[in-house]
Amino acid sequence: MSRRVGVVLFPGSNCEQDVLEGVSLVEGQPEVLWHGDATVKGVDCVVVPGGFAHGDYLRPGAIARFSPVMSAVAEFAAGGGPVIGICNGFQVLTEAGLLPGALQKNRGLKFLCTTVPVRVEATDTPLTRSADKGAVLRIPVNHFEGNYTCDDDTLARLNAEERVVLRYVENPNGSIDDIAGICNEARNVVGLMPHPERAASELLGSSDGLPLLRSLVA
Amino acid sequence: MIFSVHVEVRLRPGIADPQGSTIERALPSLGFDGVTGVRVGKSIRFTVEGADEASARAEVEDMCRRFLTNPVIEDAVVELTAAEAAGASS
Amino acid sequence: MEDGIHRSLGLTDDELDSIIAILGREPNHLELAMYAVMWSEHCSYKSSRVHLKRLPTEAPWVLVGPGENAGVVDVGDGIAAAIRIESHNHPSAIEPYQGAATGVGGILRDIFTMGARPIALMDPLRFGPLDDPRSRWIAEGVVSGVSGYGNSVGVPNVGGETVFDETYKGNPLVNVLCLGLLPTERLVLGQATGVGNLAVLLGSTTGRDGIGGVSVLASAGFSDEETDSAKRPSVQVGDPFEEKRLIEACLELLDAGLVVGIQDLGGAGLTCATSETASRGGMGMDVDVTQVPRREEGMEPFEVMTSESQERMLAIVEPEGLDRVLEICRRWEIRASVIGKVTPGPATGDADGGRLRILDGWDGEVLADIPAASLHEDAPLYQRPCVAPPAFDEGGRVLVTDQPVPQSDDPGAELLELLADTRWVWSQYDHQLFLNTVEGPGGDAAVLRLKHPATNADTGRGLALTTDGNHRWCAVDPRAGTALTVAESVLNLACVGARPLAVVNCLNFGNPEHPEVMWQLSEAVDGMAEACRAFDIPVIGGNVSLYNESLGADIDPTPVIGMLGVVDRLERRPPGVGLVDGGRLLLVGVTQPEVSGSRWARNRGHRGGHLPVLDHEIHLAVAGVVRQLVAGGLVAGAHDVATGGLGLALAEMAVRSGLGVSVARVADAAELFSESPSRVVLCVEPDLLTTVENVCQHAGAPVSRIGVAGGDRITVKGLLDVALADAAAAWADRIPAALGSGTAQD
Repeated sequence: MSRRVGVVLFPGSNCEQDVLEGVSLVEGQPEVLWHGDATVKGVDCVVVPGGFAHGDYLRPGAIARFSPVMSAVAEFAAGGGPVIGICNGFQVLTEAGLLPGALQKNRGLKFLCTTVPVRVEATDTPLTRSADKGAVLRIPVNHFEGNYTCDDDTLARLNAEERVVLRYVENPNGSIDDIAGICNEARNVVGLMPHPERAASELLGSSDGLPLLRSLVA
Repeated sequence: MIFSVHVEVRLRPGIADPQGSTIERALPSLGFDGVTGVRVGKSIRFTVEGADEASARAEVEDMCRRFLTNPVIEDAVVELTAAEAAGASS
Repeated sequence: MEDGIHRSLGLTDDELDSIIAILGREPNHLELAMYAVMWSEHCSYKSSRVHLKRLPTEAPWVLVGPGENAGVVDVGDGIAAAIRIESHNHPSAIEPYQGAATGVGGILRDIFTMGARPIALMDPLRFGPLDDPRSRWIAEGVVSGVSGYGNSVGVPNVGGETVFDETYKGNPLVNVLCLGLLPTERLVLGQATGVGNLAVLLGSTTGRDGIGGVSVLASAGFSDEETDSAKRPSVQVGDPFEEKRLIEACLELLDAGLVVGIQDLGGAGLTCATSETASRGGMGMDVDVTQVPRREEGMEPFEVMTSESQERMLAIVEPEGLDRVLEICRRWEIRASVIGKVTPGPATGDADGGRLRILDGWDGEVLADIPAASLHEDAPLYQRPCVAPPAFDEGGRVLVTDQPVPQSDDPGAELLELLADTRWVWSQYDHQLFLNTVEGPGGDAAVLRLKHPATNADTGRGLALTTDGNHRWCAVDPRAGTALTVAESVLNLACVGARPLAVVNCLNFGNPEHPEVMWQLSEAVDGMAEACRAFDIPVIGGNVSLYNESLGADIDPTPVIGMLGVVDRLERRPPGVGLVDGGRLLLVGVTQPEVSGSRWARNRGHRGGHLPVLDHEIHLAVAGVVRQLVAGGLVAGAHDVATGGLGLALAEMAVRSGLGVSVARVADAAELFSESPSRVVLCVEPDLLTTVENVCQHAGAPVSRIGVAGGDRITVKGLLDVALADAAAAWADRIPAALGSGTAQD
């Protein structure tokens, strides 16, 4: 029985089809979770995908976090269910308070679409359990607000508790301590700026994202 | 009562402001010298109904805390003035 | 009617007489405004239509040719591709961010109007020189606008061009191309049929933005900054979030079979959409102007009917399907209002029908009553005078200039001047969304996986896209220059293993009231027609942008070609513009040592002469063999030789791969920088060298060994020797350094 992965669709999301395709590729069973429905439909894992939910108006994620589906996602996460936020999904999870910190405009004040090397720092999360610790993966980033920031205490805790899941080898956006992805205290909620679903095929330039996608369905 | 509200959303002290720094760096090249401390924020205007100024202000501050700002990086300054009558809000 | 008011709306006295003849009476203000916007250059193509008829538009795979919202070709496996290119030059000169953003929004609507999901954008951009602060301001704003809108709406931007040149100072060219896919059987046309069917306005509210935008913004040159500021209020503002929901809602309406016809609101707003759908269907339409949701109070009917507010669509639906339409729109949070009803017309045998009536309430006063088709079919058609400038002979061939051929002082330094990486632009665009992008921006052409739009099934084939334009060639000889541009597109596709299917074009020219500009346009059309016929590629759509001028000077003629190709078996990534260490360098094709029209010559102040000759047969042989070699995986690098000649082609391959080249057998600077056509540089593994040579010879394509890849220098024996690091720095730093040095609006 393959694992059911729910992909949240807000108005303005645009990476949901790509995540659905990525999940299918690793033989998971993807389905869409509509923002207006306050349920995660009993899936095994929830992905909040990239895009511009509600146009990113006010702040990325600021409006999306009030969607009915997000209360169901929060409840699912509180019960230990794996929740992954990719890019805009990461922004939504920080706005919703499921992950600490915030994502600011990139250091270069430009939208940035490029492929960067990131290092796997922790493998005891639902995003990285099929990856190797220390592995350097080439994965695309695609964001304007990807510059992770938090206060000193939070940063100290993230490091002390090994909650930095992915780190940039070459920091593209000014993110504090080269952070590309983090998890919550319980390690079941993970947010990351890189797009693993965009690194699932050599024909498209990289298949380094496959271990991360496989983790979702493992 | 109807109140006109002006919420100024600004980055908290100590949070890096790359937009502000960029503007500050550009000004001298256009001949504007001596400018420091540039910070970029957002300005949000609306009208709100409330029984009195205190309750209207409390509501706006709650709005700021829960929605209009991200308290991790932003503060808000609220200005509230009584509008003369309903509909005078344009 | 007040004397002369039609003139302030941009209508001539003769045009007013035509309107009076059509109506049999004087038009009122609303009617006059509707004719003014529809008969503007921008909407009617009144100066260019007589010429565009000369383009070849037919092929067995063409499903929809020019004249609809987009051209459509059958790409096999039950998939049709819709493609269109447009300009947003004048709006971008005034408000670069919003001008460019709304250009993207408009072209997307043209594509999903056809029932296609937009899957890729490309943006050919041309700006004034990098050392001009205002040109930098325009460039930054335009790129931010394309990025801000395109990324948010969620359509990847997979390529384009970025050119900086004096000729575009004050008048940038902001062209945008969009490609969409649809299941062949879902093709819809923008027409209204069925008496009693309803016209439903979808999307944004209607405001005063863009009132008169068509006639004022799109059809008038810029003289001074005061006028610029005065024109600013009519600039439209884009809302990519609205557009994204509009795309999803419209595609769901089409999937559900709920629309009879659908049309986007672009230039001339509701006037155009209502009259076009009605007249295409041979019907009439009653429009209740009071039903149009408005953004501002006190709007006059003429403002509502001509507003160019963005993110709006007009769907024609059957009354019994209305509830389901409204439900889908609610789900996507899209406003939907019934604003019109289809009335009888010629298609129902009613010769007196086919009227577009604007009503003040369904049973209220008739505010306008005009034959819908007259707004299109009776639009004036001008055969404007075409006169070759004095530098050309009567046959249209360029006269030999008496300027001496430029001499080279330092070929190495001159080569470095030509290098510029456009990554600063395209790294701001999402170019990977939808998981199709095999080859993105920065290469010779973009390559996309071809997946079925309904089932997402991979066909194992690919689509390729390129845009090309060269104002230097076209300034020397618009006919030959345009033909060479088409040829360059063919070679760009060949370098990624694709064969051409269709051309769309964006003709950016100066003031059509100048006879030499009309001559340039006419020549360019003929050059495009000649080349497209020779290469058997239909032209399935186009856009004409005239009045591109600043301070009275017309821009250099700039026809931009967009070409769609297909990769029959997409088994591997194309080799790309790169080198492998120890790879042998081959030049396919023959160099004509003619530098006229080249960027190198122009940099040395040389602007005349004869362009190199395009031999169609050799060109097809070269393109064919390169396509075969790339598809067969026999080459490690491939790059067409175009702007900057062989020298720049080699240098670009070197800096991209971080490997030097050592080249011999280039006689002089003219041979190094000539932009003669039908040439490709290949990098080949040594053990495949003779195989590749044999394939070329067998195909009748001339081929010569010119050097080897490796080391950390770019050397051309007897001509230049530069450090790879210097070349790489010049390439990478030029655009970011210039744009980082500040911008100014004045």
